[in-house]
Amino acid sequence: MTAEAMSRKFNIDTVANAEATPGQDLPWAALGLTESEYRRIGEILGRRPTGAELAMYSVMWSEHCSYKSSKVHLRQFGDKVTDAMKEHLLVGIGENAGVVDIGDGWAVTFKVESHNHPSFVEPYQGAATGVGGIVRDIISMGARPVAVMDPLRFGAIDHPDTARLVHGIVAGIGGYGNSLGLPNIGGEVVFDAVYQGNPLVNALAVGVLRHEDIRLANASGTGNRVVLFGARTGGDGIGGASVLASESFDSSKPSKRPAVQVGDPFAEKVLIECCLELFKASVVEGIQDLGAAGISCATSELASNGDGGMHVELTNVLLRDPSLTPGEILMSESQERMMAVVTPENVTAFEAIMDRWAVEYSWLGEVTDTGRLIIEWDGETIVDVDPRTVAHDGPVYERPYHRPSWLDRVQADAFDAEQPTDLRAAVLELMASPNMCSKDWVTDQFDRYVQGNTALAMPDDAGVVRVDEETGLGVAISTDANGRYSYLDPYEGARLALAEAYRNVATSGAEPLAVSDCLNFGSPEDPEVMWQFAETVRGLADACQELGVPVTGGNVSLYNQTGGVAVHPTPVVGVLGVFDDVARRTPSGWREDGQAIYLLGTTKDELDGSEWANLHGHLGGRPPALDLAAEKTLAAILVNCSRDGMIDAAHDLSEGGLAAVLSEMALRFGVGARIGLDELCERDRIDAFTALFSESQGRAVVAVPRSEEVRYNDMCTARNYPTLRIGVVDTENEALDLQGYFNLPLDQLREAHQGTLPRHFG
Amino acid sequence: MTSTSIETPLIGDLQSMTGNDDGPLAAVRVGVVTFPGSLDDRDAMRAIRLAGGSAVELWHGDHDLQEVDAVIIPGGFSYGDYLRAGAISRFAPLMEQITQAATGGADALPVLGICNGFQILTEAHLLPGSMIKNEHLHFLCRDQRLRVENADTHWTGEYWAGEEVVIPLKNQDGQFVADNRTLDELEGEGRVVFRYVGGNPNGSRRNIAGISNTAGNVVGLMPHPEHAVEAGFGPDSSARGEVGLRGGTDGLGIFTSVLRKLVG
Repeated sequence: MTAEAMSRKFNIDTVANAEATPGQDLPWAALGLTESEYRRIGEILGRRPTGAELAMYSVMWSEHCSYKSSKVHLRQFGDKVTDAMKEHLLVGIGENAGVVDIGDGWAVTFKVESHNHPSFVEPYQGAATGVGGIVRDIISMGARPVAVMDPLRFGAIDHPDTARLVHGIVAGIGGYGNSLGLPNIGGEVVFDAVYQGNPLVNALAVGVLRHEDIRLANASGTGNRVVLFGARTGGDGIGGASVLASESFDSSKPSKRPAVQVGDPFAEKVLIECCLELFKASVVEGIQDLGAAGISCATSELASNGDGGMHVELTNVLLRDPSLTPGEILMSESQERMMAVVTPENVTAFEAIMDRWAVEYSWLGEVTDTGRLIIEWDGETIVDVDPRTVAHDGPVYERPYHRPSWLDRVQADAFDAEQPTDLRAAVLELMASPNMCSKDWVTDQFDRYVQGNTALAMPDDAGVVRVDEETGLGVAISTDANGRYSYLDPYEGARLALAEAYRNVATSGAEPLAVSDCLNFGSPEDPEVMWQFAETVRGLADACQELGVPVTGGNVSLYNQTGGVAVHPTPVVGVLGVFDDVARRTPSGWREDGQAIYLLGTTKDELDGSEWANLHGHLGGRPPALDLAAEKTLAAILVNCSRDGMIDAAHDLSEGGLAAVLSEMALRFGVGARIGLDELCERDRIDAFTALFSESQGRAVVAVPRSEEVRYNDMCTARNYPTLRIGVVDTENEALDLQGYFNLPLDQLREAHQGTLPRHFG
Repeated sequence: MTSTSIETPLIGDLQSMTGNDDGPLAAVRVGVVTFPGSLDDRDAMRAIRLAGGSAVELWHGDHDLQEVDAVIIPGGFSYGDYLRAGAISRFAPLMEQITQAATGGADALPVLGICNGFQILTEAHLLPGSMIKNEHLHFLCRDQRLRVENADTHWTGEYWAGEEVVIPLKNQDGQFVADNRTLDELEGEGRVVFRYVGGNPNGSRRNIAGISNTAGNVVGLMPHPEHAVEAGFGPDSSARGEVGLRGGTDGLGIFTSVLRKLVG
């Protein structure tokens, strides 16, 4: 033994030492455990934990990894799934990501996750590793990642700290995602002061695989070897899950920057190719990515999902920093690492693939049937636990919750500001506002072309990628959330978020199939926040059932608050839809002269929580009413229109209402239109301002070729869905001409729309 | 290790990426080199196939060019752009073969470097100049208008001099720089092949988007012609007039150019 190894061994807290020194104090509080949780670990083990065991339990029982506050509510996603909803589900909640059957033997897997806290502390690396983590989840399922998207929420656009976060986060997503060769096909960018101290950086990835290639994270087959490969283990991200993601920020505490991981996209790209080659060669039995809680998570989850036991020699882990303690090695969240289970016969083949891609690996140990996860340090046992108690039997809390006392007051405070007299100026103001302005400044920093399968990307309603080059089979994805709606009514807000993502996917022409969600909330220890969370889950689970689309996986991010102020409840909902042929997808802008412009749905006076109200500093009242049966009919109409070639453009109405949609449809290809609002105002008994700015649900605008108008109207009539011709595409005049109200040249509209982000961040 | 043993499990089988028809172009074999960190290798192979040729996978670590008739070094971030874009890749064993085969006059191996491939070609001294960070310091992805300045290279014969094209541009280190003497030489010898039109996207000297060697068999450019080869998946616009949704295919000519040149 070398002198260095001797000295390191000297301080190791072994199981024998733990038994011999029952009274020794361990820093459980600093690791984020409560006293009762610490006591429970002692009860499970029948002795005090070793330092290494404590490290494992602390990260695996953290809010981030164990879902201890949210679990009791999240069960509804499973309980409210009907058999019909399961029809397309190959793998449901619980694995790294859900897998959905899209036909012809193809499957897709997709998931949205948060990386909020790290991105506030260290914007570039936080956002970058957020992309890296979600992509590894997709690879772990056996899929090739084919696209990413990023729903982002920042503080006020003019706050001095916002530029730091926008620049860092956008560059981090681009720097990592672009280097992986994954097209970025959509997402959201929202500014609201409520996210000032807690930006929301969510990342979605989608992957494609053949049915037979699905891989699950389990360690089966006694005697099979356990291998760690990819980047070396370093001191970055220690306590990322327990300390960073599971606590609120407080300026009086020391910087948490060392808890943020550092990403290496090149290592990840090589890892992707290397893993796909492993899958193709069928040399791995089980595989798990290393994300939150690192080796603690991978060993305990693989072992407890398989034959139940694993034996690991921790000194075999390749280190970036040789001074790391066993506990730190177990907790490190160093990126770009994977763990796999390989049969002894496949060891040589495995090593050959590693060598070809110049990926480092080390054999850590083997699968056993003892039911124990034994981790040794240089031959001495430092962990001896039942892996289930680490991975699955964490604490479950029924946190108290109650309806916020302030909610009645807020809901009673409806928006009744004076209407603007100049509608033209109002449209320009809306389209230049931080939330409605063009996001090109952000999305132009992302590669949307790589892989050559992108059929639609931002600014269209959904991102669409082709899966099968022969048939054109493909998928559409959209993510949506409206924190203001959820603040006013979390139950309805969650349903509205799902409805909008569902509508977006249908607007592109795809059949909505499955849901992934990322639930961003404040502290679960605040009963009012917990109520918002409970209501959100109930609302989303109910709405999924009504629309017949199951939640296949997702993520909960709690403690999004700084000081005492929580973010708005923000359930980001991603909906995935399928196309038999992406060639028939519908863009969000019109191009052909003379095509008729129709508005589907009816418009009510619904400005509470709207973008217009927000722009005028008001947040109160009730969010717009939602009729999910109507949403289903509207989706069916939009998908049929696409399938039968009845429309050439479609755009769903949501934030900013008709004013935003008409502006965006005109700007998409720079083609103007003449619009008449009189008939609409008369039919729906509203004024022109309400027609333009209300955010009533169940609406979309479509452009119909003249030859298709009869067929289109017949279909809407047959389905008993209101539709009204409100205008005509006009290529002659490059303007949005709202007859009787104003004429707005597109140049002027474009300038207002595109100038905002460059002005703040250029 | 031979490159035929490389199995990159993909959507669509790379091994069968032969031309769409059995015409003479299908007999032309164009190799696409994959480095660790290459991203647009499959896209370049698809472009060759759509142009009617046969695409051949090449692996950076091999010593064998597999008797290909031309080579494309695709875009991406080979070796993570570490040290300097292209600086490590140029030392790949296969690059030695390529450098040798590409030197020696008009009959030498045609080589196209796209984006990171262009960067590798400058590092390998097959082309002069270098690429530094965009002057605005951001990664930029946009549909870019270019003018084909030289239609006599092996890779531009299907265009005419002065013709404009729309091709996606996407990079972080895309600013072409060289000393004035080199720039004058490039201009004087007609070796500026593509120039940015309608605004310089990254500060490149003299709006240069792509250049060639003296013989015209080696061409490098920063924009990505392989992303403008298939209607439905290209840019929304074309320099040739109105096209359908994502219907721009102005880049296809680069790939048909080399196939036709090789067929004679």
